Amino acid sequence: MSIRHALLALLSEGPKYGLQLRAEFEARTGEVWPLNVGQVYTTLQRLERDGFVESDDDSEPGPQKGFRITGDGAEELASWLRTPPDLAAPPRDELVIKILVAVRLPGVDVHQVIQAHRRYLVELMQEWTRLKDEEGDVDLNLSLVVDAELYRLDSVVRWLDTADGRLKRAALEPPAVGQASVRPQIRRRTGVRR
Amino acid sequence: MSHVLELRAVCKTYVDGADEVHALREVDLIVEPGRMVAVMGPSGSGKSTLLTIAGALETPTTGEVLVGGLPLSGMSGEDRARLRRRAIGYVFQDFNLLPGLTAAENVALPLELDGISAAKARAAGLRALEELGLAERASRFPDQLSGGERQRVAIARAIVGDRRLLLADEPTGALDTVNGEAVMRLILSACKTGVGAVVVTHDAQLASWADRVVFIRDGRVVDRTAPRLGPDSLLSQEAAR
Repeated sequence: MSIRHALLALLSEGPKYGLQLRAEFEARTGEVWPLNVGQVYTTLQRLERDGFVESDDDSEPGPQKGFRITGDGAEELASWLRTPPDLAAPPRDELVIKILVAVRLPGVDVHQVIQAHRRYLVELMQEWTRLKDEEGDVDLNLSLVVDAELYRLDSVVRWLDTADGRLKRAALEPPAVGQASVRPQIRRRTGVRR
Repeated sequence: MSHVLELRAVCKTYVDGADEVHALREVDLIVEPGRMVAVMGPSGSGKSTLLTIAGALETPTTGEVLVGGLPLSGMSGEDRARLRRRAIGYVFQDFNLLPGLTAAENVALPLELDGISAAKARAAGLRALEELGLAERASRFPDQLSGGERQRVAIARAIVGDRRLLLADEPTGALDTVNGEAVMRLILSACKTGVGAVVVTHDAQLASWADRVVFIRDGRVVDRTAPRLGPDSLLSQEAAR
Protein backbone atom coordinates (compact mmCIF):
# COMPACT_ATOMS: atom_id res chain seq x y z
CA MET A 1 0.00 0.00 0.00
CA SER A 2 1.13 3.55 -0.71
CA ILE A 3 2.46 5.32 2.38
CA ARG A 4 3.55 8.12 0.04
CA HIS A 5 0.02 8.96 -0.97
CA ALA A 6 -1.41 8.43 2.50
CA LEU A 7 1.04 11.07 3.79
CA LEU A 8 0.15 13.44 0.93
CA ALA A 9 -3.54 12.99 1.84
CA LEU A 10 -2.85 13.92 5.48
CA LEU A 11 -0.79 16.97 4.40
CA SER A 12 -3.59 18.14 2.10
CA GLU A 13 -5.48 19.05 5.30
CA GLY A 14 -2.70 21.44 6.35
CA PRO A 15 1.00 21.47 7.43
CA LYS A 16 2.01 18.74 9.90
CA TYR A 17 5.04 17.38 11.78
CA GLY A 18 6.48 13.92 11.10
CA LEU A 19 5.41 12.37 14.39
CA GLN A 20 1.94 13.82 13.98
CA LEU A 21 1.71 12.26 10.49
CA ARG A 22 2.57 8.85 11.88
CA ALA A 23 -0.03 9.08 14.67
CA GLU A 24 -2.73 10.29 12.26
CA PHE A 25 -1.93 7.61 9.66
CA GLU A 26 -2.35 4.88 12.28
CA ALA A 27 -5.55 6.39 13.67
CA ARG A 28 -7.15 6.80 10.21
CA THR A 29 -6.46 3.18 9.27
CA GLY A 30 -8.00 1.82 12.46
CA GLU A 31 -4.47 1.15 13.82
CA VAL A 32 -4.36 -1.95 11.66
CA TRP A 33 -1.17 -1.02 9.77
CA PRO A 34 1.57 0.04 12.19
CA LEU A 35 4.11 2.46 10.70
CA ASN A 36 7.58 3.13 12.09
CA VAL A 37 8.85 6.65 12.35
CA GLY A 38 11.85 5.87 10.10
CA GLN A 39 9.45 4.96 7.24
CA VAL A 40 7.68 8.28 7.72
CA TYR A 41 10.86 10.38 7.48
CA THR A 42 12.34 8.42 4.55
CA THR A 43 9.07 8.82 2.65
CA LEU A 44 8.90 12.54 3.47
CA GLN A 45 12.46 13.05 2.21
CA ARG A 46 11.60 11.35 -1.08
CA LEU A 47 8.41 13.39 -1.44
CA GLU A 48 10.45 16.56 -0.87
CA ARG A 49 13.04 15.43 -3.44
CA ASP A 50 10.23 14.89 -5.98
CA GLY A 51 8.77 18.33 -5.25
CA PHE A 52 5.50 17.02 -3.77
CA VAL A 53 6.07 18.45 -0.26
CA GLU A 54 8.05 21.34 1.24
CA SER A 55 9.60 21.57 4.69
CA ASP A 56 9.97 24.55 7.00
CA ASP A 57 13.73 24.87 6.76
CA ASP A 58 16.87 22.98 5.83
CA SER A 59 17.44 21.48 9.28
CA GLU A 60 17.76 17.72 9.79
CA PRO A 61 14.49 15.75 9.94
CA GLY A 62 13.18 15.63 13.51
CA PRO A 63 10.03 16.01 15.54
CA GLN A 64 10.01 19.80 15.14
CA LYS A 65 10.28 19.86 11.36
CA GLY A 66 6.99 20.71 9.66
CA PHE A 67 5.89 19.67 6.16
CA ARG A 68 3.26 21.00 3.74
CA ILE A 69 1.95 19.76 0.39
CA THR A 70 2.86 21.58 -2.87
CA GLY A 71 0.68 22.15 -5.95
CA ASP A 72 2.41 19.23 -7.69
CA GLY A 73 1.78 17.10 -4.59
CA ALA A 74 -1.95 17.88 -4.69
CA GLU A 75 -2.07 16.94 -8.39
CA GLU A 76 -0.18 13.71 -7.74
CA LEU A 77 -2.65 12.82 -4.96
CA ALA A 78 -5.71 13.55 -7.13
CA SER A 79 -4.37 11.43 -9.98
CA TRP A 80 -3.40 8.53 -7.65
CA LEU A 81 -6.93 8.43 -6.14
CA ARG A 82 -8.43 7.77 -9.57
CA THR A 83 -5.81 5.34 -10.85
CA PRO A 84 -7.02 1.74 -10.43
CA PRO A 85 -4.51 -0.58 -8.74
CA ASP A 86 -3.10 -3.28 -11.03
CA LEU A 87 -5.66 -6.08 -10.74
CA ALA A 88 -5.73 -7.06 -14.43
CA ALA A 89 -3.42 -10.07 -14.23
CA PRO A 90 -3.82 -12.72 -11.52
CA PRO A 91 -1.24 -12.47 -8.73
CA ARG A 92 1.08 -15.42 -8.10
CA ASP A 93 -1.00 -16.55 -5.14
CA GLU A 94 0.77 -18.88 -2.72
CA LEU A 95 -2.44 -20.58 -1.61
CA VAL A 96 -3.50 -21.30 -5.21
CA ILE A 97 -0.07 -22.81 -5.85
CA LYS A 98 -0.32 -24.97 -2.70
CA ILE A 99 -3.67 -26.39 -3.81
CA LEU A 100 -2.41 -27.03 -7.36
CA VAL A 101 0.57 -28.89 -5.87
CA ALA A 102 -1.65 -30.83 -3.44
CA VAL A 103 -3.84 -32.05 -6.33
CA ARG A 104 -0.82 -33.70 -7.98
CA LEU A 105 1.08 -34.98 -4.97
CA PRO A 106 0.63 -38.71 -4.27
CA GLY A 107 -0.52 -39.57 -0.76
CA VAL A 108 -1.93 -36.08 -0.11
CA ASP A 109 -5.69 -35.59 0.40
CA VAL A 110 -6.31 -32.24 -1.27
CA HIS A 111 -9.65 -31.88 0.54
CA GLN A 112 -7.86 -32.06 3.89
CA VAL A 113 -5.37 -29.44 2.73
CA ILE A 114 -8.27 -27.22 1.61
CA GLN A 115 -10.03 -27.66 4.97
CA ALA A 116 -6.87 -26.75 6.93
CA HIS A 117 -6.68 -23.45 5.05
CA ARG A 118 -10.44 -22.89 5.29
CA ARG A 119 -10.36 -23.30 9.08
CA TYR A 120 -7.43 -20.92 9.44
CA LEU A 121 -9.18 -18.28 7.30
CA VAL A 122 -12.47 -18.59 9.20
CA GLU A 123 -10.60 -18.28 12.52
CA LEU A 124 -8.98 -15.08 11.23
CA MET A 125 -12.40 -13.81 10.11
CA GLN A 126 -13.79 -14.54 13.59
CA GLU A 127 -11.07 -12.34 15.09
CA TRP A 128 -11.78 -9.48 12.67
CA THR A 129 -15.54 -9.75 13.22
CA ARG A 130 -15.02 -9.63 16.97
CA LEU A 131 -12.92 -6.51 16.58
CA LYS A 132 -15.67 -4.90 14.48
CA ASP A 133 -18.33 -5.96 16.99
CA GLU A 134 -16.40 -4.57 19.95
CA GLU A 135 -14.98 -1.37 18.47
CA GLY A 136 -16.69 -0.74 15.13
CA ASP A 137 -19.36 1.49 16.67
CA VAL A 138 -16.78 3.98 17.91
CA ASP A 139 -14.29 3.82 15.05
CA LEU A 140 -15.68 4.16 11.51
CA ASN A 141 -12.22 3.87 9.90
CA LEU A 142 -11.63 0.59 11.69
CA SER A 143 -14.99 -0.74 10.42
CA LEU A 144 -14.06 0.14 6.84
CA VAL A 145 -10.65 -1.54 7.10
CA VAL A 146 -12.17 -4.62 8.79
CA ASP A 147 -14.90 -4.89 6.12
CA ALA A 148 -12.23 -4.84 3.38
CA GLU A 149 -10.25 -7.53 5.18
CA LEU A 150 -13.36 -9.68 5.74
CA TYR A 151 -14.33 -9.48 2.06
CA ARG A 152 -10.77 -10.35 1.03
CA LEU A 153 -10.63 -13.40 3.34
CA ASP A 154 -14.21 -14.36 2.38
CA SER A 155 -13.27 -14.41 -1.30
CA VAL A 156 -10.43 -16.82 -0.51
CA VAL A 157 -12.81 -19.10 1.44
CA ARG A 158 -15.23 -19.02 -1.50
CA TRP A 159 -12.44 -19.97 -3.86
CA LEU A 160 -11.53 -22.90 -1.56
CA ASP A 161 -15.21 -23.98 -1.45
CA THR A 162 -15.41 -23.84 -5.24
CA ALA A 163 -12.12 -25.73 -5.62
CA ASP A 164 -13.34 -28.36 -3.14
CA GLY A 165 -16.56 -28.94 -5.12
CA ARG A 166 -14.83 -28.82 -8.51
CA LEU A 167 -12.21 -31.38 -7.44
CA LYS A 168 -14.89 -33.66 -6.02
CA ARG A 169 -16.83 -33.56 -9.30
CA ALA A 170 -13.68 -34.00 -11.37
CA ALA A 171 -12.81 -37.14 -9.39
CA LEU A 172 -16.23 -38.58 -10.31
CA GLU A 173 -16.19 -37.48 -13.96
CA PRO A 174 -12.65 -37.21 -15.38
CA PRO A 175 -12.43 -34.62 -18.22
CA ALA A 176 -12.90 -35.95 -21.78
CA VAL A 177 -9.77 -36.49 -23.90
CA GLY A 178 -9.14 -33.89 -26.60
CA GLN A 179 -9.87 -30.76 -24.57
CA ALA A 180 -6.17 -30.16 -24.02
CA SER A 181 -5.80 -28.60 -27.47
CA VAL A 182 -7.57 -25.36 -26.45
CA ARG A 183 -5.26 -24.72 -23.49
CA PRO A 184 -2.22 -23.00 -25.07
CA GLN A 185 -4.40 -20.20 -26.47
CA ILE A 186 -5.93 -19.43 -23.09
CA ARG A 187 -2.56 -19.51 -21.40
CA ARG A 188 -1.07 -17.04 -23.86
CA ARG A 189 -3.84 -14.54 -23.28
CA THR A 190 -3.38 -14.20 -19.51
CA GLY A 191 -0.14 -12.95 -18.04
CA VAL A 192 0.64 -13.71 -14.42
CA ARG A 193 1.82 -10.93 -12.14
CA ARG A 194 4.76 -11.56 -9.89
CA MET B 1 -25.45 -25.72 34.27
CA SER B 2 -26.68 -28.13 31.60
CA HIS B 3 -26.01 -27.51 27.93
CA VAL B 4 -28.70 -25.76 25.93
CA LEU B 5 -28.26 -28.40 23.24
CA GLU B 6 -26.30 -31.59 22.97
CA LEU B 7 -26.11 -34.02 20.07
CA ARG B 8 -24.49 -37.38 20.84
CA ALA B 9 -23.40 -39.55 17.91
CA VAL B 10 -26.46 -38.51 15.90
CA CYS B 11 -27.06 -40.37 12.64
CA LYS B 12 -29.86 -39.76 10.17
CA THR B 13 -30.43 -42.13 7.30
CA TYR B 14 -33.15 -41.73 4.68
CA VAL B 15 -34.22 -44.66 2.57
CA ASP B 16 -34.69 -43.74 -1.08
CA GLY B 17 -35.95 -46.87 -2.90
CA ALA B 18 -33.10 -49.37 -2.67
CA ASP B 19 -30.60 -46.66 -1.68
CA GLU B 20 -29.75 -45.41 1.79
CA VAL B 21 -28.81 -41.75 2.08
CA HIS B 22 -26.68 -40.93 5.11
CA ALA B 23 -27.63 -37.32 5.84
CA LEU B 24 -25.81 -37.23 9.21
CA ARG B 25 -23.13 -39.57 10.50
CA GLU B 26 -22.02 -39.73 14.14
CA VAL B 27 -22.47 -36.00 14.78
CA ASP B 28 -21.49 -34.69 18.22
CA LEU B 29 -22.31 -31.09 19.06
CA ILE B 30 -22.56 -29.09 22.28
CA VAL B 31 -24.03 -25.60 22.63
CA GLU B 32 -23.52 -23.90 25.99
CA PRO B 33 -25.82 -21.14 27.31
CA GLY B 34 -24.78 -17.75 25.91
CA ARG B 35 -22.83 -19.23 22.98
CA MET B 36 -23.33 -18.99 19.25
CA VAL B 37 -22.21 -21.98 17.21
CA ALA B 38 -22.12 -21.79 13.41
CA VAL B 39 -22.46 -24.94 11.34
CA MET B 40 -20.80 -24.32 8.01
CA GLY B 41 -21.01 -26.51 4.94
CA PRO B 42 -22.07 -26.59 1.29
CA SER B 43 -25.57 -27.46 0.03
CA GLY B 44 -26.37 -31.09 0.70
CA SER B 45 -23.79 -31.43 3.49
CA GLY B 46 -26.49 -32.21 6.07
CA LYS B 47 -26.52 -28.88 7.90
CA SER B 48 -30.27 -28.27 7.52
CA THR B 49 -31.01 -31.84 8.62
CA LEU B 50 -28.88 -31.18 11.69
CA LEU B 51 -31.02 -28.14 12.47
CA THR B 52 -34.36 -29.94 12.10
CA ILE B 53 -33.11 -32.74 14.38
CA ALA B 54 -31.75 -30.24 16.94
CA GLY B 55 -35.14 -28.51 16.84
CA ALA B 56 -37.05 -31.75 17.55
CA LEU B 57 -38.80 -31.50 14.18
CA GLU B 58 -37.28 -34.82 13.11
CA THR B 59 -35.92 -37.74 15.11
CA PRO B 60 -32.45 -39.19 14.56
CA THR B 61 -32.06 -42.74 13.22
CA THR B 62 -29.57 -43.43 16.00
CA GLY B 63 -27.94 -41.27 18.67
CA GLU B 64 -29.38 -38.90 21.24
CA VAL B 65 -30.48 -35.26 21.30
CA LEU B 66 -30.73 -33.39 24.62
CA VAL B 67 -32.36 -29.96 24.89
CA GLY B 68 -31.70 -28.19 28.19
CA GLY B 69 -30.32 -31.50 29.49
CA LEU B 70 -33.51 -33.43 28.68
CA PRO B 71 -33.16 -36.39 26.28
CA LEU B 72 -35.75 -36.21 23.48
CA SER B 73 -35.81 -39.97 22.92
CA GLY B 74 -37.76 -40.67 26.11
CA MET B 75 -40.41 -38.03 25.40
CA SER B 76 -43.91 -38.57 24.06
CA GLY B 77 -44.85 -36.74 20.87
CA GLU B 78 -46.91 -34.33 22.93
CA ASP B 79 -44.00 -33.54 25.28
CA ARG B 80 -41.73 -32.95 22.33
CA ALA B 81 -44.26 -30.58 20.78
CA ARG B 82 -44.49 -28.67 24.08
CA LEU B 83 -40.70 -28.42 24.25
CA ARG B 84 -40.66 -27.10 20.68
CA ARG B 85 -43.20 -24.42 21.56
CA ARG B 86 -41.61 -23.37 24.86
CA ALA B 87 -37.86 -23.85 24.66
CA ILE B 88 -36.88 -23.56 21.01
CA GLY B 89 -37.06 -20.61 18.62
CA TYR B 90 -36.59 -20.83 14.85
CA VAL B 91 -35.40 -18.20 12.39
CA PHE B 92 -35.66 -18.92 8.68
CA GLN B 93 -34.20 -17.26 5.62
CA ASP B 94 -37.62 -16.07 4.42
CA PHE B 95 -38.81 -14.81 7.86
CA ASN B 96 -42.07 -16.86 7.86
CA LEU B 97 -44.17 -14.11 9.44
CA LEU B 98 -47.96 -14.37 9.09
CA PRO B 99 -49.06 -11.50 6.82
CA GLY B 100 -52.46 -10.96 8.51
CA LEU B 101 -50.95 -10.39 11.97
CA THR B 102 -49.09 -7.32 13.26
CA ALA B 103 -45.45 -7.56 14.40
CA ALA B 104 -46.59 -7.81 18.04
CA GLU B 105 -49.20 -10.49 17.22
CA ASN B 106 -46.63 -12.49 15.25
CA VAL B 107 -44.21 -12.41 18.17
CA ALA B 108 -46.94 -13.29 20.71
CA LEU B 109 -48.30 -16.16 18.61
CA PRO B 110 -46.04 -18.99 19.92
CA LEU B 111 -47.06 -18.13 23.48
CA GLU B 112 -50.77 -18.03 22.63
CA LEU B 113 -50.46 -21.39 20.88
CA ASP B 114 -48.94 -22.66 24.10
CA GLY B 115 -52.12 -21.71 26.01
CA ILE B 116 -50.95 -18.45 27.56
CA SER B 117 -53.67 -15.78 27.74
CA ALA B 118 -53.76 -13.27 24.87
CA ALA B 119 -53.05 -10.33 27.20
CA LYS B 120 -50.02 -11.98 28.80
CA ALA B 121 -48.71 -13.19 25.46
CA ARG B 122 -49.07 -9.72 23.99
CA ALA B 123 -47.17 -8.16 26.91
CA ALA B 124 -44.33 -10.67 26.51
CA GLY B 125 -44.33 -10.05 22.75
CA LEU B 126 -44.01 -6.30 23.26
CA ARG B 127 -41.18 -6.88 25.73
CA ALA B 128 -39.27 -8.98 23.18
CA LEU B 129 -39.79 -6.29 20.50
CA GLU B 130 -38.60 -3.59 22.92
CA GLU B 131 -35.46 -5.57 23.70
CA LEU B 132 -34.65 -5.62 20.01
CA GLY B 133 -35.40 -1.92 19.50
CA LEU B 134 -38.62 -2.53 17.56
CA ALA B 135 -41.24 -1.20 19.99
CA GLU B 136 -42.44 1.50 17.59
CA ARG B 137 -43.03 -1.10 14.85
CA ALA B 138 -45.24 -3.30 17.05
CA SER B 139 -48.54 -2.46 15.36
CA ARG B 140 -47.25 -2.64 11.76
CA PHE B 141 -48.05 -5.55 9.45
CA PRO B 142 -45.16 -7.48 7.82
CA ASP B 143 -45.69 -5.78 4.44
CA GLN B 144 -45.22 -2.41 6.16
CA LEU B 145 -41.76 -3.44 7.42
CA SER B 146 -38.42 -3.52 5.60
CA GLY B 147 -36.67 -6.87 5.04
CA GLY B 148 -34.25 -6.16 7.89
CA GLU B 149 -37.12 -5.25 10.25
CA ARG B 150 -39.05 -8.38 9.32
CA GLN B 151 -36.07 -10.55 10.20
CA ARG B 152 -35.67 -8.69 13.51
CA VAL B 153 -39.35 -9.40 14.28
CA ALA B 154 -38.71 -13.06 13.42
CA ILE B 155 -35.82 -13.07 15.92
CA ALA B 156 -38.05 -11.48 18.58
CA ARG B 157 -40.57 -14.28 17.94
CA ALA B 158 -37.77 -16.85 18.29
CA ILE B 159 -36.70 -15.61 21.74
CA VAL B 160 -40.11 -14.58 23.18
CA GLY B 161 -41.00 -16.04 26.58
CA ASP B 162 -38.35 -18.27 28.05
CA ARG B 163 -36.73 -19.78 24.99
CA ARG B 164 -33.13 -20.86 25.58
CA LEU B 165 -32.29 -22.32 22.17
CA LEU B 166 -32.35 -20.33 18.96
CA LEU B 167 -31.95 -22.19 15.66
CA ALA B 168 -31.33 -20.17 12.52
CA ASP B 169 -31.09 -21.40 8.92
CA GLU B 170 -29.23 -18.86 6.71
CA PRO B 171 -30.88 -16.03 8.68
CA THR B 172 -29.42 -13.22 6.56
CA GLY B 173 -29.85 -14.92 3.19
CA ALA B 174 -32.22 -12.40 1.65
CA LEU B 175 -30.71 -9.28 3.25
CA ASP B 176 -27.97 -6.88 2.18
CA THR B 177 -24.70 -6.75 4.15
CA VAL B 178 -25.65 -3.95 6.53
CA ASN B 179 -29.02 -5.51 7.43
CA GLY B 180 -27.41 -8.94 7.61
CA GLU B 181 -24.87 -7.59 10.08
CA ALA B 182 -27.69 -6.07 12.17
CA VAL B 183 -29.37 -9.49 12.31
CA MET B 184 -26.15 -11.18 13.47
CA ARG B 185 -25.62 -8.50 16.14
CA LEU B 186 -29.16 -9.18 17.34
CA ILE B 187 -28.58 -12.93 17.62
CA LEU B 188 -25.34 -12.15 19.46
CA SER B 189 -27.18 -9.86 21.89
CA ALA B 190 -29.77 -12.61 22.46
CA CYS B 191 -26.84 -14.90 23.32
CA LYS B 192 -25.59 -12.35 25.86
CA THR B 193 -28.85 -12.89 27.77
CA GLY B 194 -28.07 -16.61 28.05
CA VAL B 195 -29.67 -17.99 24.89
CA GLY B 196 -27.66 -20.62 23.02
CA ALA B 197 -27.77 -20.32 19.23
CA VAL B 198 -27.02 -22.55 16.26
CA VAL B 199 -26.65 -20.75 12.94
CA VAL B 200 -26.46 -22.89 9.84
CA THR B 201 -24.81 -21.26 6.83
CA HIS B 202 -22.53 -21.65 3.83
CA ASP B 203 -21.32 -18.06 4.28
CA ALA B 204 -17.98 -17.52 6.05
CA GLN B 205 -18.75 -13.89 6.90
CA LEU B 206 -21.91 -14.97 8.70
CA ALA B 207 -20.15 -17.87 10.44
CA SER B 208 -17.42 -15.54 11.66
CA TRP B 209 -19.88 -13.97 14.13
CA ALA B 210 -20.04 -17.26 16.05
CA ASP B 211 -17.98 -18.24 19.09
CA ARG B 212 -17.27 -21.56 17.44
CA VAL B 213 -17.53 -22.78 13.84
CA VAL B 214 -18.19 -26.44 13.09
CA PHE B 215 -17.46 -27.62 9.53
CA ILE B 216 -19.74 -30.28 8.08
CA ARG B 217 -19.12 -32.31 4.90
CA ASP B 218 -21.18 -35.26 3.65
CA GLY B 219 -23.05 -35.48 6.96
CA ARG B 220 -19.93 -35.63 9.07
CA VAL B 221 -18.34 -33.01 11.31
CA VAL B 222 -14.87 -32.79 9.77
CA ASP B 223 -13.34 -29.88 11.68
CA ARG B 224 -13.92 -27.10 14.23
CA THR B 225 -12.32 -23.72 14.82
CA ALA B 226 -10.03 -23.37 17.82
CA PRO B 227 -11.33 -21.63 20.95
CA ARG B 228 -11.24 -17.84 20.67
CA LEU B 229 -8.01 -15.98 21.33
CA GLY B 230 -7.64 -12.85 23.43
CA PRO B 231 -8.93 -9.53 22.07
CA ASP B 232 -5.46 -8.20 21.15
CA SER B 233 -4.25 -11.31 19.35
CA LEU B 234 -5.09 -9.99 15.89
CA LEU B 235 -3.33 -6.67 16.12
CA SER B 236 -0.26 -8.20 17.76
CA GLN B 237 -0.10 -10.80 14.94
CA GLU B 238 -0.25 -7.98 12.41
CA ALA B 239 2.43 -5.97 14.20
CA ALA B 240 4.71 -8.99 14.38
CA ARG B 241 4.75 -9.41 10.58
